[in-house]
Amino acid sequence: MDGEADGMVSETDESGRKRRVHGMLKLYYGLDEEGKAAEQAKSLDPCDINGPHFDHEVFLNKLRRECSLAELMDQETCMVKQIRSLDSDMQTLVYENYNKFISATDTIRKMKNDFKKMEDEMDGLSANMAAITEFSACISGTLQDQHAQITKLSGVHTLLRKLQFLFELPARLNKCLELQAYAQAVRSHRRARCVLQQYSHLPSFKGIQDDCHAIMDKLAQELRQKFRDGGSSAKDLSECVELLLQLDEPAEELCDKFLSHARSRLESDLQGLEAEIRPYPSASAVKDASARRLASASADNTPKTSAFPSPTSNTDILEFIDRGCNEFVSSLCLVITSYQELFINRAQTGELASKNIPQMANGKLNAFVDDLAARYFSLVERRIQEEKGVGDNSLLVRALDRFHRRLQAVTKLLPGSAVPNQGTEIVIRAATERVKQYLSALQSFYMDSLTDVRQALATPRLSMAGASLAGGGALLGGPASGRDGPTSLPELLSSLSASILNQIKSVLASVHLFTAKDIAFSNKPYFKGEFCSQGVRESLVVSFIKFVCQSSRQFCDSAGDKGGSTPPALLLLLSRLCLDYETSTISYILTLTDEQFLVQHHSPITPVTTLCAEAREAAQKLLNHYVKVQGLIISQMLRKSVETRDWVNTIEPRNVRAVMKRVVEDTTSIDVQVGLLYEEGVRKAHSSDSSKRTFSVYSSSRQQARYAASYTPSAPMDTNLLSNIHKLFSERIDIFSSVEFNKVSVITGIIKISLKTFLECVRLRTFGRFGLQQIQVDCHYLQMYLWRFVSDENLVHFLLDEIVGSSAHRCLDPAPMEQSVIEVICERG
Amino acid sequence: MEDDAPVIYGLEFQARALTAQTAETDAIRFLVGTQSLKFDNQIHIIDFDDENNIINKNVLLHQAGEIWHIGASPADKAVLTTCYNKTSDSRVVSCAAVWRMPCDWETGSPESPDDSAHNPQTLELLCHLDDSAHSNAACVLWEPMGDGKRVISLADNHALLWDLQDSSTQATVSSSATLEGKGQLKFTSGKWSPHHNCSQLATANDTAIRGWDLRTMSQIYCIENAHGQLVRDLDFNPNRQYYLSSCGDDCKVKFWDVRNVQEPIKTLEEHSHWVWSVRYNHSHDQLVLTASSDSRLILSNMVSISSEPFGHLVDDEELSEGEDNHQEDKGKEPLQDSVVSTYEEHEDSVYAAEWSSADPWLFASLSYDGRLVINRVPRALKYRILL
Repeated sequence: MDGEADGMVSETDESGRKRRVHGMLKLYYGLDEEGKAAEQAKSLDPCDINGPHFDHEVFLNKLRRECSLAELMDQETCMVKQIRSLDSDMQTLVYENYNKFISATDTIRKMKNDFKKMEDEMDGLSANMAAITEFSACISGTLQDQHAQITKLSGVHTLLRKLQFLFELPARLNKCLELQAYAQAVRSHRRARCVLQQYSHLPSFKGIQDDCHAIMDKLAQELRQKFRDGGSSAKDLSECVELLLQLDEPAEELCDKFLSHARSRLESDLQGLEAEIRPYPSASAVKDASARRLASASADNTPKTSAFPSPTSNTDILEFIDRGCNEFVSSLCLVITSYQELFINRAQTGELASKNIPQMANGKLNAFVDDLAARYFSLVERRIQEEKGVGDNSLLVRALDRFHRRLQAVTKLLPGSAVPNQGTEIVIRAATERVKQYLSALQSFYMDSLTDVRQALATPRLSMAGASLAGGGALLGGPASGRDGPTSLPELLSSLSASILNQIKSVLASVHLFTAKDIAFSNKPYFKGEFCSQGVRESLVVSFIKFVCQSSRQFCDSAGDKGGSTPPALLLLLSRLCLDYETSTISYILTLTDEQFLVQHHSPITPVTTLCAEAREAAQKLLNHYVKVQGLIISQMLRKSVETRDWVNTIEPRNVRAVMKRVVEDTTSIDVQVGLLYEEGVRKAHSSDSSKRTFSVYSSSRQQARYAASYTPSAPMDTNLLSNIHKLFSERIDIFSSVEFNKVSVITGIIKISLKTFLECVRLRTFGRFGLQQIQVDCHYLQMYLWRFVSDENLVHFLLDEIVGSSAHRCLDPAPMEQSVIEVICERG
Repeated sequence: MEDDAPVIYGLEFQARALTAQTAETDAIRFLVGTQSLKFDNQIHIIDFDDENNIINKNVLLHQAGEIWHIGASPADKAVLTTCYNKTSDSRVVSCAAVWRMPCDWETGSPESPDDSAHNPQTLELLCHLDDSAHSNAACVLWEPMGDGKRVISLADNHALLWDLQDSSTQATVSSSATLEGKGQLKFTSGKWSPHHNCSQLATANDTAIRGWDLRTMSQIYCIENAHGQLVRDLDFNPNRQYYLSSCGDDCKVKFWDVRNVQEPIKTLEEHSHWVWSVRYNHSHDQLVLTASSDSRLILSNMVSISSEPFGHLVDDEELSEGEDNHQEDKGKEPLQDSVVSTYEEHEDSVYAAEWSSADPWLFASLSYDGRLVINRVPRALKYRILL
């Protein structure tokens, strides 16, 4: 029913209803783009009266099925109403379009008339044009001859002018030469060159050509001269080069000349720098003179340096680098820029590009820069190596920074050059060298501190207003002395430890400058990573800690077995130092380092535990060595006292031998000394009167019983029974064993060594009755005083038992002394 | 197997002197000298029956005094020397003498072991090794592998070379060397080198080791401060003429090349007290036995400085035996210097240790309380060295 509406896609601006109808029509033909997809689904419904798939049967059936009569009636009226309205819509459309059709027909008719008139006029025009053509042909036919003549004449004229130019060329060139208008001369010559070349077989032209050649040669000569003189400005120079290039001068030669010219200037800069460096061998540089002798050979040859023995000994490195940057690097940059302008950039655009000049020129430039830079670098490196003083690192860092920064200019100019990398390498080398110097400075500081400590230990402390020192003036560490010096041991330890720590901190601070944010090269990956971890952490901090441990251990080895060279107190102090390192200092230092340098560990690093283990090992070794040395000192006394006496023919004991008192005194002083640095430690619990009790058991009951058993001649088999039984139940004693880090363990170790020596010495001697009694007295005396020092007093009892037992065995007339008498003698002292 | 267990023999007296019977190469026999001030001292001849793991002992009386050192003649099984202390008039004198065992000691009623205790036979004195000028003998050394006619005694600071004549009944000093220097110098021990035609002697005094040329009786080398403290004992490597081991009160055992006496070539620090004795195995010089007053005996395997640093060289004969051996050889990794074993059977200081002269895999050690322990090289190591 919408078929009629098809042709009349309306442009009318009618009411909304029309638009709706229009919309519906559009919809019916599926023209609507927006709703296409959505409509699709809707319009598939056969009951949709507006849809394209409308089926009236289905619709009617559906209505009939679903609706009541009233509804059907309503539906019917509604339908009729709709149909009627549609009909009227259609009529309106038909009417409107009919009007338009009428007016169109009118217009067409009018156009037909107009075209007929135009056709007539066009016919007239074509007739006129034919007449004009005819006249024109007639005229050109008459003018033909003259035209040819004129053309010929004008050709001759130009030729003559050219010839004139050629003939005048030599004179003109000469004039240009006089006026030094080289550019114009070259231009003129270039214009004529080809022609002359072509017609050179004609004698006249040949002459001109020869003349020109001569003049141009002269000109080239002059240009070259100018170029060579070098005094001219960069602009002149570049003009020269350009002209010479146009004159077919070989570019290679020009490059060489240019560069050699530049080289001479740069070299004078370098010589100036070289003069700044101290001549060899100066006092401070003697150390590594051999290393640098080769490098210095050239320096020595220059008269300038030898003329002034030490011209710039006070120029610091910053000034030096400054001068290097300002003079050498900046002129190098200038040379590079102008060179590039002359040979590379220009040639690329000009007609010379084909000659591969840029490549050649670049190669030459690179070689040139590399060569000069290498010399510059060697100078800088020499200068850096002279920076031995560790004092102020900031100057060096700033100098290196400047050095590095200025080389960046070269990078920009010469992107492919190896120069900046070499520069960075120099900075890196300088930095690592610096770290090494710091390490050795730290090491020597440590050794110096140790020497100081040693001196402090060895100096009689009388000068220190001996108030605190009861005995006064005893040498600490000497066998006799330990008792007075130790007051200062903890102070010495703390001051040593603090000064080392301070030194480490200040070194770290100095080294830290290398990675400061405002330093350009700190951004380099090396300084971010490897320098921090490998350089600072490993080769500075870790190496130093290792050095401390190692040098400490060397005290144990190198001191020799005599134990004389290192004062025992130093061993003790170092042992404590290493132990402190193990417990806290190492991790503190490393944490400090890691924090300061934000170390990112790419490469394997030494873990804290390894260092701690090393420190602990060193501490243990030192302490063991201390025990050994002290034990030996006492052993030696005991051994001498046993070996030198005639025990068979000795008098009845009245006193404790002096050597025993000495042993007790020394043990006490060692106890005090160790107590200053090490904690008390655990000992087996004993009651307050344990000494008395155990002592009485030891001396009266057991000992008496044993003597009784041992010396009844009827029972030779029982000789060792008791002592063997005793041994069965006691643990084996390791004499020179490792000790723990506490006072009791240390003293126990020393006493063990001493008493075992005593025992072995006694076994090698033969005793008389009084000899045995003297040993009894001595042992009782030792018993009275030594038990309090050791962790397990039974140990002392056991060893002293053995001594008395052995001397009884070795006695010709074993008659032991009464216990009460022994006690009296001992208490009398 | 059970026979690797140590065999222990107890003496009634304390003892320091132990030696293997050098001239005896069939039976495993050790001589022990006792130390007693109150009873007659004895020499125990200890035979070890390897197959039955049984010890047989014979006792000879040594009435002269307590024995500090004992040495067996390399030529005559029955001859031995002792250094002993004699006490008279409350004076103690050290002497040395050559003795002969009574010829029938071996036959002395083996069926009743107690018998020997009842009436032990007495040693027969052949001659004294003392003269009026030199006494206080520290030790007597037989010429190694000699004919039993030459001995050296070390007395105080003299080394005396004696010639024994008339079946050892006569001893004359043929030459002597004197140690001179500050203080009272005294030889503590010595060893006669089996190399260089037996023309060299090494002695220890205090911390120094000295070498002597017996032909001129002059010092040829001196290792000052060989040990931190007293040097207790020496031994020559039986197969490498310049190699010498020493031990001392610094708990160390050191190995020296006497051509370069600045540094020891090797140092062992296994003992925790003084080391009193060091002995190379007679046939396999990588095996070193050390005895210490920490009551331990340590057997070390010093391959790197032995005469067979790469293990036993394979003979052609063995090569032809087949491929099995080859594969085994390849499987063996080179031996490292190591402690083979620590023997803790002793309760008191061990002053002496000796290898058997008959069985190279067997050794005895003697502690002060009179305990003699016979041990063997662990079987695994033995096969490793042999194969």
